[in-house]
Amino acid sequence: MTTALLEVENLSVRYPTARGPAEVLDAVSLAVGAGEVVGLVGESGCGKSTLARAVLGILGQGQASGAIRFKGEDLLTMAPGRVRREIRGRAITFVPQDPFGSLHPLFRVGRQIANLLAWKAPSTKPPSPLAELLAPLHRASRTTRRAAHDASLEALRDVQIPNPAQVLDKLPGELSGGQRQRVTIAMAILPRPQLILADEPTTALDVTIQAQVLRLLQRLVRDRGLSLLFTTHDLGVASEICDRIVVMYAGQDVEVAPTRAFFATPRHPYTAKLLRSLPGEDKTELRGIPGAIPSLVRPPGGCRFHPRCERSTARCAIERPPPRVVGAGHVVRCHHALDTSA
Amino acid sequence: MNIGIAPLRQAADTLLSARNLKVHFSVRHSNNKATLRAVDGVNLDIREGEMLGLVGESGCGKSTLGKTLVGLVRATAGSIVFKGTDVAGQSAGAWRRLRRSLQYVYQDAGASLDPRWIVGRSLEEPLVIHANLPPAERKRQVQETLRAVGLRDEHALLYPHELSGGQQRRIGLARVLTLRPRLVVLDEPTSGLDVSVQATILMQLRELRTTYNLAMLFISHDLSVVRMMCDRVAVMYLGRIVEEAPTEELFKRPSHPYTRALLAAVPRPGERHVVDAPSLDGEPPDPSASYDGCRFRSRCPVAGSDCQAEPDLLEVTAHHRVACHRRPVHA
Repeated sequence: MTTALLEVENLSVRYPTARGPAEVLDAVSLAVGAGEVVGLVGESGCGKSTLARAVLGILGQGQASGAIRFKGEDLLTMAPGRVRREIRGRAITFVPQDPFGSLHPLFRVGRQIANLLAWKAPSTKPPSPLAELLAPLHRASRTTRRAAHDASLEALRDVQIPNPAQVLDKLPGELSGGQRQRVTIAMAILPRPQLILADEPTTALDVTIQAQVLRLLQRLVRDRGLSLLFTTHDLGVASEICDRIVVMYAGQDVEVAPTRAFFATPRHPYTAKLLRSLPGEDKTELRGIPGAIPSLVRPPGGCRFHPRCERSTARCAIERPPPRVVGAGHVVRCHHALDTSA
Repeated sequence: MNIGIAPLRQAADTLLSARNLKVHFSVRHSNNKATLRAVDGVNLDIREGEMLGLVGESGCGKSTLGKTLVGLVRATAGSIVFKGTDVAGQSAGAWRRLRRSLQYVYQDAGASLDPRWIVGRSLEEPLVIHANLPPAERKRQVQETLRAVGLRDEHALLYPHELSGGQQRRIGLARVLTLRPRLVVLDEPTSGLDVSVQATILMQLRELRTTYNLAMLFISHDLSVVRMMCDRVAVMYLGRIVEEAPTEELFKRPSHPYTRALLAAVPRPGERHVVDAPSLDGEPPDPSASYDGCRFRSRCPVAGSDCQAEPDLLEVTAHHRVACHRRPVHA
């Protein structure tokens, strides 16, 4: 295995709520290697988006502990100014789920890409905070504008938007969902990042458009040696694009496996149940998972899945299972992991 | 009545049938008036107790078609025959009586409930409007329906926001079932739900269908769910039905190029076939533009000059109909 580009170790995140602190992440560990696509899957509220936000350093009220090492340096202890100048939006970029909510509705696409370039272009020196604040109002010189225009056009060509020159002159509202998502992907690759965090980037799209975007992402990863941490609840999508899959449940990582092993021999009872609840070609009956996702304010102790697990014993409620290697790159956190023969 | 093709055979157990159904809306693009042909000449039969899937991408008109069939949107032209009478042009009062039998479950069940009412009251309301029953009997029926959708009596006392997403969907179902309808249109009944919750809702729907002998029009963009749930499937593209067949037939022998592309684009857990295969380029065209000929031809890999003429929905084998000039011909 390659040395990890991103290493998350025992990351815990708490958010204050009216009913007490919510433990949204509980000692989660995962790694993303250079050029690797890692899928982060789980149902609503499992903490997959929080993890992405923690890596970007945009937790807001959340308090993080543990370590998030990017190329060996802990982002949690790095000076905020350095994170802003070198990491967030530069070495690590983000593709959001809802491309409409993340583009300004009143600025033309070209203007928004040019603004991004003014802040985060790979080669310029960092602007002062004041200049950054005034950037949207700033009118650049003719040569800078021309350069920005060319770079924006290039970025849109990279994501295979039809008629890129016309798209630059459009408002986000005039674009289709697929085109908007291509624009946000263009903006995410523009600063030449090493890692892209994609948060359900195809959820809002139709399947034929989703297929186009997945192919685009895969090509970008291959051609540029990018790493991708891909959050999704759609196991079919994860299966298409990921090298490895990390499963989360209620703020805990429960299983990590190479994609093939993940689907062929799931070892954690939750993973197995998740796969069983998917509709499939040869299935006539589906089984859901009885019970509901626990509250993250005073969550169940030990393994948080134990109240819904038929294999659980007294030990599961007390002790969080340690990671156990069960195959090449396959790690499970369960005291009573399933047999591969089962 | 102007039907573009020979009248379709109508099976004896047909509950509702649409013929040449059109729903057009006037829209305005800056200063240009245009007509959006959301549904543009649909022929569709729904049989008694049948689960019919309606699939297609956003904007293809599937929700509008569903709403029109149950009278929530007025048809611009064409007929909807229910129990032997054409109901398409009926007055609002007539539709009000019909609506007891023809019900629609909205996609966002939470938003379609009154946030200030306990759900018991929301469940009772259809009975207040449509049935002349004493209050005690109404309460009893509400309880019965609640249990039928897998909830308990005490859920009637909760407000919508106190319910989980899955429970809200169940309430949405219970609310239409209190009237014992003949046909229920389900608009994306499980979209936005987690798979483990989706699984329980789908199994519940199957049970309800048998319990109440319901016909259901199952609108969905999720083809794997449709494959599991439905007896027949109709595929829609830009306001037209392009293919219609029994479920297994459609999935095993998709005959319209659009259906094939759609099926090829669905990721399947444990497989990697979408990113490696070439698929459909481009996006569905603007439904407010005007079209002649096959609407799919701008994206179609096998389109030719004959596709400038509108293809009719014709049988390729028994019960399998395709609207494509390049459909396979069986001798």
